[in-house]
Amino acid sequence: MSASNAIDEFDRAIIRATQAGLPLTHAPYETVGQEVGLTQQEVMARMARMLDDGIIRRIGAVPNHYALGFLGNGMTVWDVDDEAAQDLGVVIGNLDFVSHAYLRPRHRPHWPYNLFAMAHGRDRSEVASKAEIIRTLLGEHCRSGEILYSTRILKKTGLRLVG
Amino acid sequence: MNRAKPLELDSLDRAIINALQGGFPISAHPYADVAKDLGLEEQDLIDRLRRLLDDGALSRFGPMYHAERLGGGLTLAAMKLPDEAFERVNAIVNGFEEVAHNYARDHELNMWFVLATETPERIAEVINEIETATGHTVYNMPKSHEFYVGLRLEL
Repeated sequence: MSASNAIDEFDRAIIRATQAGLPLTHAPYETVGQEVGLTQQEVMARMARMLDDGIIRRIGAVPNHYALGFLGNGMTVWDVDDEAAQDLGVVIGNLDFVSHAYLRPRHRPHWPYNLFAMAHGRDRSEVASKAEIIRTLLGEHCRSGEILYSTRILKKTGLRLVG
Repeated sequence: MNRAKPLELDSLDRAIINALQGGFPISAHPYADVAKDLGLEEQDLIDRLRRLLDDGALSRFGPMYHAERLGGGLTLAAMKLPDEAFERVNAIVNGFEEVAHNYARDHELNMWFVLATETPERIAEVINEIETATGHTVYNMPKSHEFYVGLRLEL
C-alpha cells in the first residue's frame, strides 16, 4: 500500500528535516517550521495528520539495545503451518521480549522458515530461553526453528526515506 | 556487541526511556509537557535526552516513519557466502546506498541486509545488480505481514 500521493512537498520537507531526529529545543515544531518555511501550527497539523494516517508510526525514543546491555539479540525463525501463522504471529508479537515479528516467504530447500521474531535478552542464554517460550507457544503448528545471532554489524546507516 | 559493558543509567534515565518510547506530544512545548509528567524541569529533560543520544543509549529520538507508506520499497535479503568470498561481497553490498543495515549472522545464510529504495520497483533492480556484481544469489524475503508489537524494553 502506498500513500505517496497523500504527502506533498511540504510533508516531504518535514520528513527530511526530522528523519534523523526531532530538534531538542523549547519549541521543536517551530524549529522544524523555520527550517522548512512553515508555521509551528502548520508543522503540528501536518505531523498529526501523518501520525493518524500511519505515515508516522510513532514519535519517541529508539533505545539502542546493545548499549543498554541487551547483548544477546537473536533473530528467531520458525517454520509454521501457513493456516496457523497469522494467529500465532499475533501471540508472538505480544510477547514483551519480541521487538519485531513478521511473516516472510520461504526459500526451500535453503530456507524453510516463514515466521520471524526478533528476541532480546541480556545474553545468548536468555535469548535461548525466550526462544523456548516461543517454541512452546507455537506448539504442534511448528515444524522447526532456529536462532540466528548477529556476529558483526557490517553496515548501519539507518533508513534515509526522503532524499 | 562491540561494547564491552553496558552504559550506566540512573533511575531517572530509565524512567525517561521507559516513558518516551512512544506517544511524544505534538504540542507547542512538548518537552515541557513530558517533563512535568516526570516531575522534571524542561531543560533537565532536554539535557538528559541529549546525553542519552550522545552516549548511544538512544539511537534516535523523533518521529519514526513508515517507509512503505511513503511510497518506497523495503525488504530483508540474505546471502549464503563461502568464507573466502565474504569480505569481497561485503564491500560490494555495502557500496549500494540502498543497503541500510547489514549484519553477519551465524548461519549458512550468513549475510542479512535491509534494502530501502525510493520506489518499490527498485528493490528487484538492486537485487539483480547485487547478484550480477557478486556472482551470488540474493534471497529476497519481503515481509508479507507485520504483526503489531507494543513498545517496551522496560529498563
